[in-house]
Amino acid sequence: MAYKGHKINPNKFEVGQIKILLAVLPLVILTGLPIVFIVFHAFKPMQELFAFPPKFITTHPTLDNFRNLFKASRSAGIPLSKYVFNSLLITLAVVFSSLIFSTAAAYSLSKLKYKGRNTMMQINQLALMFVPVAVMIPRYLVVNVLGMTNTYWAQILPLIPLPVALFLVKQFVDQVPDSLIEAAYMDGAKEIHIYLKVILPLIKPAIATAAILVFQQVWTNMEASNYYVNDDGLKTLAFYMNTLTSATTTNTVAGQGMSAAASLIMFIPNLALFCILQKNVMNTMAHSGIK
Amino acid sequence: MSKSSKIGRRERSNKSGYLFVLPYAVLFTIFILTPVLLAVVLSFTNFNAIQFPRLVGFLNYINLITADETFMQFVLPNTVKYALIVGVGGYVLAFLLAWALANLPKVPRTVFALILYSPSMTTGIAMTVLWKIIFTGDQTGYLNSWLMDIGVINEPVIWLVNTNYLLPIVILIGLWSSMGVGFLAILAGILNTDESLYEAAAIDGVKNRFQEMLYVTIPSMKPQMLFAAVMQIVGAFQNGQIASLLAGNPTPGYAAQLIVNHIEDYGFIRYEMGYAAAVSVVLLLIVQIFSTISKRLFGED
Repeated sequence: MAYKGHKINPNKFEVGQIKILLAVLPLVILTGLPIVFIVFHAFKPMQELFAFPPKFITTHPTLDNFRNLFKASRSAGIPLSKYVFNSLLITLAVVFSSLIFSTAAAYSLSKLKYKGRNTMMQINQLALMFVPVAVMIPRYLVVNVLGMTNTYWAQILPLIPLPVALFLVKQFVDQVPDSLIEAAYMDGAKEIHIYLKVILPLIKPAIATAAILVFQQVWTNMEASNYYVNDDGLKTLAFYMNTLTSATTTNTVAGQGMSAAASLIMFIPNLALFCILQKNVMNTMAHSGIK
Repeated sequence: MSKSSKIGRRERSNKSGYLFVLPYAVLFTIFILTPVLLAVVLSFTNFNAIQFPRLVGFLNYINLITADETFMQFVLPNTVKYALIVGVGGYVLAFLLAWALANLPKVPRTVFALILYSPSMTTGIAMTVLWKIIFTGDQTGYLNSWLMDIGVINEPVIWLVNTNYLLPIVILIGLWSSMGVGFLAILAGILNTDESLYEAAAIDGVKNRFQEMLYVTIPSMKPQMLFAAVMQIVGAFQNGQIASLLAGNPTPGYAAQLIVNHIEDYGFIRYEMGYAAAVSVVLLLIVQIFSTISKRLFGED
C-alpha cells in the first residue's frame, strides 16, 4: 500500500508510536532525573545525607533541612521573612507593570498607526537577541547614574522591559480582527476602552505566557541584588538562597541538604505557574514566528 | 463626521499610539538600548569605574586579539565549542524532540514536554547546588560513587577542578537546560501545521516520516524555526554563567571560561570596564552572527 502520510497530533495510541516512545523516553528520564534527585535530597535526614555509599532514594523523609534553613537565616541577622517579603514585592511589581506596559505597547504597535511604529517594532525584534549578562556593566552604570543603587527600584525597573514578552503578546494581538476594534470605535469607545474591554480579554493566553516568562526572569534573578544593592535588608530570596549554596556551605553535608531545600523552594513556584498556565503557552507559541 | 472618515482618520494617524507605547519604550531605552550603546562607547575607552573614562581608540580590541592570551587560548575556543554544541546542537535536539512529541497522543506529549521544559526554569542559581552535589569530588559524590560501583573508574574524580571535565560538564548542563521557549515554539509550530499538506505531500511522492519532516514540516513553520533559533542561542549564552557559579571565576585553568565569565572577570573582579565592554561587544556580535545565519536559513526571502 502506498504511503498515506501520517497524522501529527494523533488521538490515540498506535503501534507505530512505540519506536518514537522508545527513542524519546530515555532522554525524558535522563532530563527528569536531576530534578527528582533534588526533591529526594531536600527531604533526606542527616544520617541519609551522610550515608556511604550515597543513596539516591530517600527512605525516611524529613523536614529537617527546611527547618535548618530557617534557623540559619535567624542567626544571619536578617530573618528569612524579610527576604521572602522583598522577593514577593519585587516579583509582583515587575510582573504586574511588565504585563501592563507590554500589552499596552503591543496594542499600540499592532493596531494603531503612527509614525515610527515600524521602526520601534524592528528594534524590539532585534532586541530578542539581547543577552542581559553581556551588558551587565553598562547596566550597572545606568542604575548608578540614576541614583537607584541601594533601592527597590534598582531591582524592579531594569527587569520590566522584556522584548520576548512584548513580541509574543504583539503577535497575539495581530490575530484580533480589526473589525472588532472598528465596531467598538464606532460605538464611541475610546482607545483606552478598546484596550481594556476588547483587546485584553481576547489575548489572555498571551498575557499568561508573558506572565510566566517575566516571572521566571525576576523570581530567580540574582544579578540585581548582587550588583545594584549593598544593603542586605533589600536583597531577594534568590540572592539569599545563592549565598547558602556558595562554596563554603555546600562543602558540608548538612549545608547540602539545606541548599537542596532552598533550590526546591525557588523551583516549585516556577513549576506550579507553568503547569497551571501551560495550555495558554502552547496557544501563544503557535503565533511566535518571526516573519 | 461621517463614519468612514472617522475610521479613516483613526487609521492614518493615531497620536494615542504613542501614549500606549511610551512606558515600555522609556524603560526599554533606559535599561536595554542605553546599556548596549554604552557598551559600544565604553569599549573604546580605558575605564576603571572611578576616574572618568579616557578614549583609547581601538586599543581594547587590539589587545583582545593580540595580547589577551587567555581569551585566544581558552575563552574563544571554549565559547565556540559551547555555542556549537549547546546552541546549534541543542536547537537540532529541540526540533527532533518536539517532532517526536508531536507524533504522540496528547497526554504523554504534555507530560514529556513539561519534563523536558522544566530544567530551563532552573537556570542561573536555582539548581547550581544540584550539580555541586552530583559532581562532588570524593567518593561520597553521587557520580563518583556510582561510577566506582559499576567499575568505570577506580578512584574518585575531582570533577569540578579537573580541567579535562569542566567544559564537558558545563556543556552537559547547558544542553540539559536548553529545552526552553524555543522548544515550545517549535512544538506548537509542528502541532499547527496544516494536516492537508501531509496528505498532498504523500500524493506527491513523499515516502516516509523523515521526508515529511524535511519537505513539509520545516518549510511550513519557518517563522517559528527562526524565533526558536534566536531564543536558543540567546539562552545558551545567558546560561554560560553556570561555569563561574560551579567552579568560581576564573574557572580552574580557564578550562570552562566562557565569554560571559570573561566579561565578569574583567568588569567586576579587575574593574577594567572598558576592556570588559569590548568583550561584551564581541559577544553581542557573535549572537548577531548566529541569528543572521538563522535568518538566511529560515527567513522569508
